[in-house]
Amino acid sequence: MPEMVLLGDEAVAMGAIHAGISAAYAYPGTPSTEITEFLIQHSKKQNGPPAHWCANEKTAYEAALGVSFAGRRSLVSMKHVGLNVAADPFMNSAIVSIHGGLVLVVADDPGMHSSQNEQDSRYFADFARIVCLEPTNQQEAYEMTRQAFDISERFHIPVMIRLVTRLAHSRSVVQLSEPRAENKLEKAPNPNSWILLPSNARRQWHGLLDTYKEMQQFTETSELNHLQLNPNFTDFAVITTGLAKNYYLENLPDIPSQPSHLHISAYPFPAEMIRTLAANTKRIVILEEGYPFVERFIRGVLPTDMEIIGKESGDVPAEGELNPDNIRPVLGLESRTGSSHPDIQLSNRPPQLCPGCPHADSFNALKIALADYEKSMVTSDIGCYTLAALPPLSAIETTVNMGASIGMAKGASDAGYFPAVAVIGDSTFLHSGVTPLIDAVAYNTNMTLIILDNETTGMTGGQPTILPSSRLEKVVLGIGVDAEHVKVLNAHHRFDEENSKVIKQEIEYKGLSVVIAVRECVETAKRHKREGGKA
Amino acid sequence: MKYDVILSGVGGQGVLSVSAIIASSAMEEGLQVKQSEVHGMSQRGGAVYTNLRLSDSAIYSDLIPVGSASLILSMEPLESLRYLDYLNPQGQLITSSNPELNIDDYPDLDTLIAKIQTLPHAQVIDARKLALEAGSGRAANMVLAGAASNYVPIKPETMEGYIRKIFQRKGDKVVEINLKAFHLGRNA
Ligand code: SF4
Repeated sequence: MPEMVLLGDEAVAMGAIHAGISAAYAYPGTPSTEITEFLIQHSKKQNGPPAHWCANEKTAYEAALGVSFAGRRSLVSMKHVGLNVAADPFMNSAIVSIHGGLVLVVADDPGMHSSQNEQDSRYFADFARIVCLEPTNQQEAYEMTRQAFDISERFHIPVMIRLVTRLAHSRSVVQLSEPRAENKLEKAPNPNSWILLPSNARRQWHGLLDTYKEMQQFTETSELNHLQLNPNFTDFAVITTGLAKNYYLENLPDIPSQPSHLHISAYPFPAEMIRTLAANTKRIVILEEGYPFVERFIRGVLPTDMEIIGKESGDVPAEGELNPDNIRPVLGLESRTGSSHPDIQLSNRPPQLCPGCPHADSFNALKIALADYEKSMVTSDIGCYTLAALPPLSAIETTVNMGASIGMAKGASDAGYFPAVAVIGDSTFLHSGVTPLIDAVAYNTNMTLIILDNETTGMTGGQPTILPSSRLEKVVLGIGVDAEHVKVLNAHHRFDEENSKVIKQEIEYKGLSVVIAVRECVETAKRHKREGGKA
Repeated sequence: MKYDVILSGVGGQGVLSVSAIIASSAMEEGLQVKQSEVHGMSQRGGAVYTNLRLSDSAIYSDLIPVGSASLILSMEPLESLRYLDYLNPQGQLITSSNPELNIDDYPDLDTLIAKIQTLPHAQVIDARKLALEAGSGRAANMVLAGAASNYVPIKPETMEGYIRKIFQRKGDKVVEINLKAFHLGRNA
C-alpha cells in the first residue's frame, strides 16, 4: 500500500482527493491553509479537481453547497473563526438534504498561536445537529475525511472534521488506500428539500431531528468511539477527546493500573458508552483539547455521586492547549523535570514585520500624519499589519475580526470621534471590508480608510488576493466613494513625507475618504522573482 | 528506542529544512517519525521550533514531554535556551554562535555564549564561519545538521544521501558545498 509523509492538513486533503471530491474551496487561515495549498498543487500537477481560494469562508461554503446540490462531493476548509463568517450557510446546510457529500474541515487553534480566540468548533457541530469527527493523528485525518463523505451522503448532512493546530501542522507517515471515483453529475432529486421556505424548512428540521437519532445510533456503535473497560481498577476512569488521547497514552506507562478509557472521535457523543464507563467507577477524569464540551454535558446541573474531574472542576487547565505534562496532576503523576536554566534573562522574540515590509512604511506615514492631532483613533484588522500593534510601531488600537476596522471607525465617527482612521489589508478588505465600506458611503461618514495593498495574503504565506490589486481602486469607486477622495500611494519610505501629507489632507476632509497604499509584500516579491527566474 | 529532538531558531532561518533532513533520513532507516512544526504568525521573525520525535515503536504525542528530549539543535544561541525544560539532564545541546539580532533587548553575546557553555553537554559552533569555509554562508544549517549527526540514531551516510537529493536540482556545486558544510559540522 502506498504511503506518504503528510501534515495533518495534507492528510485531510489527500483523504478528500481519495474520497472522490470534485471541488474544494477555502479562504486562507492558519492552521487550515495547507489543506488548500496541497489541493491546489494536486490540481495543477496531477490534473486533480479544482481547488479555489475564495473571497471569504461564507462564499467558499456556498460554492461547496452548489457542488453538493449538483450531486458531487466537495471539501470546504477554514480556520475556527472562519466558521463564524460561514455560519449562515453552515447552519442552514444542515437543514437541506445534502446530496453529494459535503465535508467541512475546521482547524481550531487552542493556545491561539495565530488567532484571536480559541473557540471550539464542536459546539457549532452540535448547534447544527450534525456529525463531527475528530482525528488524533495524520492517519486518522486521512481515513476520517474519507469516511466523513460517506456519512454525509448516508445522513444527507454536512459533516465536520475538527482539527487543531498541533495535528494540522504535524507531519507523519500516512498509509493510503484505494481512491474512489467522483460522483455522477446529478442534481438533488427533490429540490423542495433545498428551498428553505418556512413550510419546507419545518419539514426538513423535523427530518433532521429524526436523523439525529440515527446519528446518535451510529456514533454509539461506531469504532470511531472506543471503550476499553478494566473492571479490576475502579479508582478512576478516563474520557479523552482529540489530541488529549495522545497525551494520555504518552503518560499511560507511568500509571500503575490501567484505568477504563473511553475515547471519543465521533459526535454526537456516545451517551450510552459514557453510562457504561460510569457504571464502572465513581470518578471520571475528562481530558479534552478545547472547551470542556463533553464535560459540561456529563456534569449537568443536578447533584450526582459521580466525581467529575476536568476543566470545569478546575483540575485541568481551562485555557490554552493540553500537553503531555499539564495533564499529569489529574492522573496522579509527579511532574517531570528537565535541564536547569543558566541564569540569564531570556528576552522574548515576538513575531514582527519583515525587514522592508511595505506596511511599516505606510504606518510611518500615518503616524507622521497623526502627529499633529492631540487625539486620534486607528482601528485595524487581521493580517501581517496586526503586528504594527507591537513596538516600535505601536500604530494600531483595535483588532477584533475580519473587516471590523471599517465598521468600528464608522461607529466611532458617528459617536463624534475625530479623527477616525481604519487600516485594513487588501485581502481582508475583499473578505469582509467592502460591506462596511458601503455603510460608510451611504452616510458619507467622516472617516479615513487606509487599504494596505501588498498584493497578497501575506500572513498565511502569500496566497494571491482574490482580485488583482489593480482592481481595488475600481471597487472602491464602484461602490460610490467620491473619486476626489480616493488616493493611491506608493507605500515606500522614500515617499513618507508626501504620503503623510495626502493622508493628513484626507483626514481633514469632512467625509469619507479612502487611501490605498500599494507596494508588494517583500516575501511574495522574492517568491515571484524565484519563480520567474525558473520559468 | 525513542529519540526526541527540539530544533529551534528564528522564523526564516530554515529550522524546518534541517528538521526535514533528520526526519526523512530516520524514516529511510525504518524509524517512526512525528514532526510538529510552527506555521503562521511566528514565522515572521519570531521564535520558532519543531518537535521532532523518532522511535522504533508507536509515537503518540506530537509534543515532546518535559525532560525527554535527547538533543536541542539551535540555529541561534538565545533560542537554544528557550526550550531547556524539555531537554533531558543528560541530553546534548548544539547551537550556532551566530546571533539573530532582531530584538532590542538581546543579551550581551559573550555572556550568553559563556552561560551556554556552563551547561553540562553543550557545543557552540560558529556555523557561519564553517559554512563560509565550505563555500556559502547559506550552508550554516548543514553545518548544524552535521554536528547533530554525531548524536542522532541515524547513519551519517543516510543523511548525506538526503542532502544530495534535496540539493541535486541546484547543481553539483551546491551539493558539494552543502556536503562539505555537513562534514565540517560533523568534525567541529
Ligand atoms: S510577509 Fe509581506 S506583508 Fe507580511 S510582514 Fe513580511 S513583507 Fe510584510
